[in-house]
Amino acid sequence: MSIIKYRNPELTTWSSFDRLSSLRDLLDSAFQLAGNASGFPENWTPALDVFEDEEKVTVRVELAGVTKDDFDISLQDDVLTISGERKAEAEQRGSESFRSERYFGTFTRSVTLPSPVKPDEVKAAYQDGVLTVTLPKAEEAKPRKIQVNLE
Amino acid sequence: MSTLTACNPASATQSRRIDYITPRANLHHDGEGYTLELEMPGVAKDGVEITVEDGKLTLTGRRAEEQSYGRPVYRERSQAEYRRVFDLDPSIDAGKITASMNQGLLTVRLQKSEAVKPRKITVA
Repeated sequence: MSIIKYRNPELTTWSSFDRLSSLRDLLDSAFQLAGNASGFPENWTPALDVFEDEEKVTVRVELAGVTKDDFDISLQDDVLTISGERKAEAEQRGSESFRSERYFGTFTRSVTLPSPVKPDEVKAAYQDGVLTVTLPKAEEAKPRKIQVNLE
Repeated sequence: MSTLTACNPASATQSRRIDYITPRANLHHDGEGYTLELEMPGVAKDGVEITVEDGKLTLTGRRAEEQSYGRPVYRERSQAEYRRVFDLDPSIDAGKITASMNQGLLTVRLQKSEAVKPRKITVA
């Protein structure tokens, strides 16, 4: 048995301060997570489908509860972007919330189109909370029948 | 409080073997009753079914028949029906439930029966 110098556990070196500061960092990061006062995540990502046939590309996005005026559709090269905002309805006076699972706030969704399209002929329709963007394919992207003369 | 709080009890999902998805819901309470909002994108007005049975409020949303858009390149959206069950507060007047559907957002208004509404009594 050897003699070990006694060390007061309360005063052990500086490492306890390190531990304290890491605890503070942890708390800070926890508060950052719950940071925005609204209690909702900063943004949400609506679900999206992409379809393709010989004539067109179709993109469908679920935007339930977003009004027609609150979103934008833009096309840059082969990237289609849908962005907008789901606005929370004004709180009724004297009402209390029992459940809030719905996301509010801004959103952006971008998708790379599977083939080149005609930007001037893009059409969009919004029904039952689903946005349907129809993008006719550019001529060079359409399948072509080539006559081959056999000799 | 036995108000619209418990949802999707085990018994509610066993009746049919169909996969359902649970729509996101917001529920507000005021003196007159409750306002329930459910997100059901892809469901039209006639695809909604609301039933009250054995003190349970069941909300089902069937998607409208989708046309064919061609080969799917990328899919995130579910095709399943929406379904959610709530235990109904006994103070709610089942005969006075109203609902509206607007761009995939179902809003249900549940009024309390007259007998339980808060009221002001003036002292004569």
